[in-house]
Amino acid sequence: MAGAAPRFEKRSHVPAGVRAARAGLIFVTIAFLSLLLLAPLGAVIAQAFAEGWRVYLESFDNSDTLAAIKLTLLTAAIVVPLNTLFGIAAAWAIAKFEFRGKSLLITLIDLPFAISPVIAGLVFVMLFGSHGWWGEWLQDNDIQIIFAVPGIVMATAFVTFPYVARELIPLMQQQGSEEEEAAITLGAGPWMTFLRVTLPKIRWGLLYGVILCNARAMGEFGAVSVVSGHIRGLTTTMPLQVEILYNEYAFVPAFAVASVLALLAIVTLVIKTFVEWRADRRTG
Amino acid sequence: MASSWFRQPSILPGFGLTLGFTTFFLSALVLLPLAALILKTTNLTWSEFLATVLDERAIASYRLSFGAAFVAALINAIFGFIVAWSLVRYEFPGRRIVDALIDLPFALPTAVSGIALATVFSPTGWLGVRLQEQFGVQVAYTWLGVVVALTLIGLPFVVRSVQPALIEAQRDLEEAAETLGAGPFYVFRRIVLPAVLPALVTGFTMAFARGVGEYGSVVFISGNLPFKTEITPLLIVIKLEQFDYNGAAALGFGMLLVSFVMLLTINLAQAWSRRRHVGAGR
Repeated sequence: MAGAAPRFEKRSHVPAGVRAARAGLIFVTIAFLSLLLLAPLGAVIAQAFAEGWRVYLESFDNSDTLAAIKLTLLTAAIVVPLNTLFGIAAAWAIAKFEFRGKSLLITLIDLPFAISPVIAGLVFVMLFGSHGWWGEWLQDNDIQIIFAVPGIVMATAFVTFPYVARELIPLMQQQGSEEEEAAITLGAGPWMTFLRVTLPKIRWGLLYGVILCNARAMGEFGAVSVVSGHIRGLTTTMPLQVEILYNEYAFVPAFAVASVLALLAIVTLVIKTFVEWRADRRTG
Repeated sequence: MASSWFRQPSILPGFGLTLGFTTFFLSALVLLPLAALILKTTNLTWSEFLATVLDERAIASYRLSFGAAFVAALINAIFGFIVAWSLVRYEFPGRRIVDALIDLPFALPTAVSGIALATVFSPTGWLGVRLQEQFGVQVAYTWLGVVVALTLIGLPFVVRSVQPALIEAQRDLEEAAETLGAGPFYVFRRIVLPAVLPALVTGFTMAFARGVGEYGSVVFISGNLPFKTEITPLLIVIKLEQFDYNGAAALGFGMLLVSFVMLLTINLAQAWSRRRHVGAGR
């Protein structure tokens, strides 16, 4: 009883101060995020529609812009499945088995996150560019990688390399492998075990990893900028097209293309929130 | 395959296949190109390398890249902590949406945030005009613009790092301290801060590392004046455009070394964080 008294007293007089602090901190949170995140997002939409719907839509009636959209879709269509396959394989090896050098492997997988996008582009120039290690051989055989689509695909793959693996490794480690072991013991084949036991358990995390990988693949700027050569209609992706249009003071078209990429980001966040909401409901 | 010094036995299949594919893909896509850059740098003599890396323009760019990234990471450590605190400890309308919004800088292409920030903060933009008139501060095309862009880019690293630490922090300790008469600042300094410090350091370092290498969101707002508002990644791009491959390789190698050091720091901070939350999972 003696301990209950001061606690009761606290409760009766502290709330006014606590409530003020609480209101203050929530205000700072919302003000900071509005300035930093909502203002730029609002600017993209305001600028894109500055001259109305019609001008907005006409922005896409441009062969270079359409070519940029096509190249972005093509790049994502190659890179995302490849990195998804890699992510699943890496997560299976790392989460299901104990082996030497595992933490080194995890660090190496994370490496592209730590490296500047410009360096990510630069390394491919050093390998395949005209002054690169294989530059002469490639030139003799008339193969163009830098300032062409293959370079763009490789730089994008480099930058988006860890996304799916990063999402799956902690998830699969946390889930353990008892169910898979039971399935194998009961005579299920490896593919059957993966498709019927593992995949249903990881599908939402996998979906989020793939979506995030896709968003970054379609939006990568620095790495692609270094290897692209900015040849209009041929080696410009959507973000590079945004840059070209912006630097030409074609603001409505620049922000119109940017608005598509911003929409992609918002869809990514909605899917992420949905995936987390599902995970919460299952555990809660 | 199941040699015991290399791996513990398991009845699950696919070890050789998945590890083989993982190492092959990692080597071909990441390690080989990185090795190409490192080897390219060995083409240079020591004096050439040092002349490039210690060039006056390069040093000015380091000062901006590291300085702005540091200031931005500091801003994020303070405001990111407040954001994480509000999201974890308070219930308010729209909390879920605010929480989802934190990841926007991860999902939004850097070129888009770059042109958007440049528009908002330009001397004629709606925030830029107010800052200019009210405080006489110009953000766009100065080093402050670089700080703003890097703050945007680094925010999710701090918030996403601090949030789980705050969730796991023992609130009964805080309550006990309050009951015993400790003021809110004392409780914060002695109980909350020690519990989240490793996570805060991890988030700070990640935001800093990302900020040093950031390119897309900075180049539109910074103005790119040599010696003044030119970041190191941009200097590498400029060297490449001038076909100065050795110069680009030297600067790139330097930045790569910095990335490795940061990655090591982040791993150490994370290990410290895990030790702080023994048995807390993840």
